[in-house]
Amino acid sequence: MLRRLHHHQPESFAFTPANLEWARGQIAKYPEGRQASAVIPLLWRGQEQEGWVTRPMIETVARMLDLAPIRVLEVASFYFMFQMAPVGSVAHVQVCGTTSCMICGAEDLIGVCRDKIAKAPHTLSADGKFSWEEVECLGACANAPMVQIGKDYYEDLTAEKFAWILDELAAGRVPTPGPQNGRFASEPLGGLTSLKGFAKTHEANASVALATQLGDTVKRIDGTEPTATDVMRGASPMPVRKKGAPKARATGAGESDAALREAETVGRPEQGSVAGSKPALLKKPRKGGADDLKKISGVGPKLESLLNELGVFHFDQIAAWTDDEIAWVDERLKFKGRIEREGWIAQAQALARGEGA
Amino acid sequence: MLDDKDRIFTNLYGMHDRSLAGAKARGHWDGTAGLIANGRDWIVNEIKNSGLRGRGGAGFPTGLKWSFMPKESDGRPHYLVVNADESEPGTCKDREIMRHDPHTLIEGCLIASFAMGAHAAYIYIRGEYIREREALQAAIDEAYDAGLLGKNAAGSGWDFDLYLHHGAGAYICGEETALIESLEGKKGMPRLKPPFPAGVGLYGCPTTVNNVESIAVAPTILRRGAAWFASFGRANNTGTKIFAISGHVNRPCVVEESMSIGLKELLERHCGGVRGGWKNLKAVIPGGSSVPLLPSHLCDDAIMDFDWLREQKSGLGTAAVIVMDQSTDVIKAIWRLAKFYKHESCGQCTPCREGTGWMMRVMDRLVTGEAEIEEIDTLLDVTTRVEGHTICALGDAAAWPIQGLIRHFRDEIEDRIRARRSGRVGAVAAE
Repeated sequence: MLRRLHHHQPESFAFTPANLEWARGQIAKYPEGRQASAVIPLLWRGQEQEGWVTRPMIETVARMLDLAPIRVLEVASFYFMFQMAPVGSVAHVQVCGTTSCMICGAEDLIGVCRDKIAKAPHTLSADGKFSWEEVECLGACANAPMVQIGKDYYEDLTAEKFAWILDELAAGRVPTPGPQNGRFASEPLGGLTSLKGFAKTHEANASVALATQLGDTVKRIDGTEPTATDVMRGASPMPVRKKGAPKARATGAGESDAALREAETVGRPEQGSVAGSKPALLKKPRKGGADDLKKISGVGPKLESLLNELGVFHFDQIAAWTDDEIAWVDERLKFKGRIEREGWIAQAQALARGEGA
Repeated sequence: MLDDKDRIFTNLYGMHDRSLAGAKARGHWDGTAGLIANGRDWIVNEIKNSGLRGRGGAGFPTGLKWSFMPKESDGRPHYLVVNADESEPGTCKDREIMRHDPHTLIEGCLIASFAMGAHAAYIYIRGEYIREREALQAAIDEAYDAGLLGKNAAGSGWDFDLYLHHGAGAYICGEETALIESLEGKKGMPRLKPPFPAGVGLYGCPTTVNNVESIAVAPTILRRGAAWFASFGRANNTGTKIFAISGHVNRPCVVEESMSIGLKELLERHCGGVRGGWKNLKAVIPGGSSVPLLPSHLCDDAIMDFDWLREQKSGLGTAAVIVMDQSTDVIKAIWRLAKFYKHESCGQCTPCREGTGWMMRVMDRLVTGEAEIEEIDTLLDVTTRVEGHTICALGDAAAWPIQGLIRHFRDEIEDRIRARRSGRVGAVAAE
C-alpha cells in the first residue's frame, strides 16, 4: 500500500516538555543500544500530540533514537495507524469494516460517515472537525459493529446511534464510549451465562472506566494528563461511579488543532553513564519541613520514605536532577527507570513552582 | 458445560474487582514463589502433561515450545515475548484478559519467563487497544508496587522485569518473527526460519513468543495440576478455551468453555442460538478469518477443537466463531476477507503481495457475478500457488478462506454468474 508524506508539511515539531520526559522513559525500557525499539511509541505520542505524523516529527524522532530518518519514515508509512495527512480537528473516526462488523451493519456506519463527514475517506469535513476511514478488524468482534474515535471504542452501534455520537462530538461533548446497547462488556446481552458467582464491583468495564476517569477520549495528548496508573494508585479498587456523576468531559481538542508550534526541535538526549553522579542531598529537611513527595504521581509512602532516607525531602531537589543524577538515584533505589518513565522531574518542577502535578 | 469453579478467567467481563486485591481474592498470585521453587523442569513438564496447545491459532504444544529454549545461557539474555497483537478478524478474547483479568497474564509472564531462563519479558499489544494497554500497564505497575515484579519477584528469588510495548496497526505483526522485527523498531516483515526465535530471536537472543491466553492459563494449570486441565476436552485437545462468537447469533459474546464443546451447544447455551433459529444457519467460520468456513450441514455435529475441525479441512484457529445466517451474502463475506489480506500483506514475498490483490480482484467480480465460470477454477489454482510459497503463513491464510468458499459454495457462485448473464434477478434453484 502506497503511503507517502503529505504534500504540505509544517515547519517544525517539538515534543511538549512532559511528552519529552515520557519519551525518555520509553527509551529506557529497552536494552542499551536498542533504542530503535522505541520508534513506534515515540511516533505514536507525536501523533497523539499533533493529530498526524509530519516530516519534522519523523526527523525529530530519528535524531532522538539515533536512526536515519528513512528508517523512521519506513516505519511511519508501514503501520496503518500512523496518519500521514492532517485529520479532523475534533476526531478522526475509524470504522471497522471487516467481516464480523460488515455482516452486522458496518456498511451503514460508513454511509453515515459519507453523509456527515466527507464522501471519501481521509478527507476533512467541510468544517474541518472530522475525517474518517474504514479500518481492518479492530478486535471487538463480539461487540460488532463498532468504531474507534480517539482512544476509545464505541461498540454495539446502530447507524442512528453513531450519527448521534458524531453530532455530540461536533457540539463539543464526548459521549460515553463502550457498548451502546446496554451491555457491560462482551457478555451475552440480557443476562450472564457464566461467572455469576461474584459481587459486581464496577459500574463500567475497564475501557469505559478509564475513558470516564481520564477524560482524554479525543484530547490531543501533551503528557500532563493523569494516567491509568495514577488512577490505580489513587484508589484501589477503582471506585464505582455514582449515578449522576459527570461522564466523560468534553475536551478542548477543537482549540489545539492548529498548534503547530514554532519551537525548536529537540536534540538527542544525552546518555547518562551507568554509575551516574550523586545529586545534592540533605541530612534533614529544611526549615518549614519536608514536602509531601507523594504528590508526585508514582511516589507512594514506601518510595517517599526511601527518598527521605537517601536525603531527598523537597520538590526542588528532584526538579534539579540531571540525567546523571537520575541514573544515580535510579541505581541506588532500584527504580528501573521509573523516574523517567513517570516523569518525576517535570512533576517536581511544577510542584516546586507551587502548581499541582 | 464448564462450571464456574473450573473457569480460569473468573473476571472475563470485568464486573468484579479488577485490582490486584481482587485478583488475589479470586486465587491468582497464590503461592507463586512455591510454584517457581519446584524448578524449571517441573514447570515445563506440567505444562506438557496438561496438553496445553498454543492459543494463538497454530495449536503448537506450549510445553514443548518452552523446552526449546537453551537450558543454559551462553551469555545472551533470554526473552519471553507475549503476542498480544490480537488482529485476526473475529478474535476478541485476549482483549478481555488484558483489560479485565490482567493479573493472570502478569503472573503467567513471571512463571513462563522463569521456566525459560528469561529475566525480562515484553508484551506486544496491538496499537488500537489503547485503553487495554492503559489498564494492563496500571496492573503491571500495581504488581511492581507490591513486589510481584522486579528484583526477587514475588519472593521467588528470580529477578524479572515486564515491559509493555505496542504496535501501530499491522496484522502481520501477529506473526512471531514479524512481531520481533517490529519490537526491534523495524517494519513488521517476517524473518526466514530457521534460525528459529528460540535460537535467534529478539535482539539476536533466544526468545519464545507465546499468545496471551497460552501464558495466562499457565499459573492456574500449575496450581490445580496438569491432570485437572487435561480433564477437559478430548485427548490431544485438552483444557478450557475462550471462545469469541460474533455475527448472526442472538447474543454475541466472549465466553470460556471446555475444549471440544459442540458448536451447537456453544451457540445455544451462551449466545441464544442462531438468529432466526438453527435452520436459518448458512455457514460458520469457526476459528477466525484464516480458516475455511463450515457450511451449515457440517455444523450440526461440529466439535470445537483442533483435531475435529482439521478433519473437516477447517481449523480451530483462535476459536473466533463468526456465524452467518441465510441472509448473508457469503461470497461477499469472504471477499471482505480477501480485501483484508490484500490490505495486510507486508509486501515482502511476491506470491502474497501480488496474489492477494489478484485474488481480491477476482473475488470482486464473483460478488457481482460479472465473471466467467471458468474463473472459479483459475482462482482456485492461484490460491494453491500462493499457499505454501511465502515466508510466513499470511499467504496460506489468504488462500484458505477462498478455497473453503469454493469447496462448499461453488453452486452459489456459479448461480450468480449465470443469473447475471441471463439477466434474471437472483438465482432461483432449478430443481
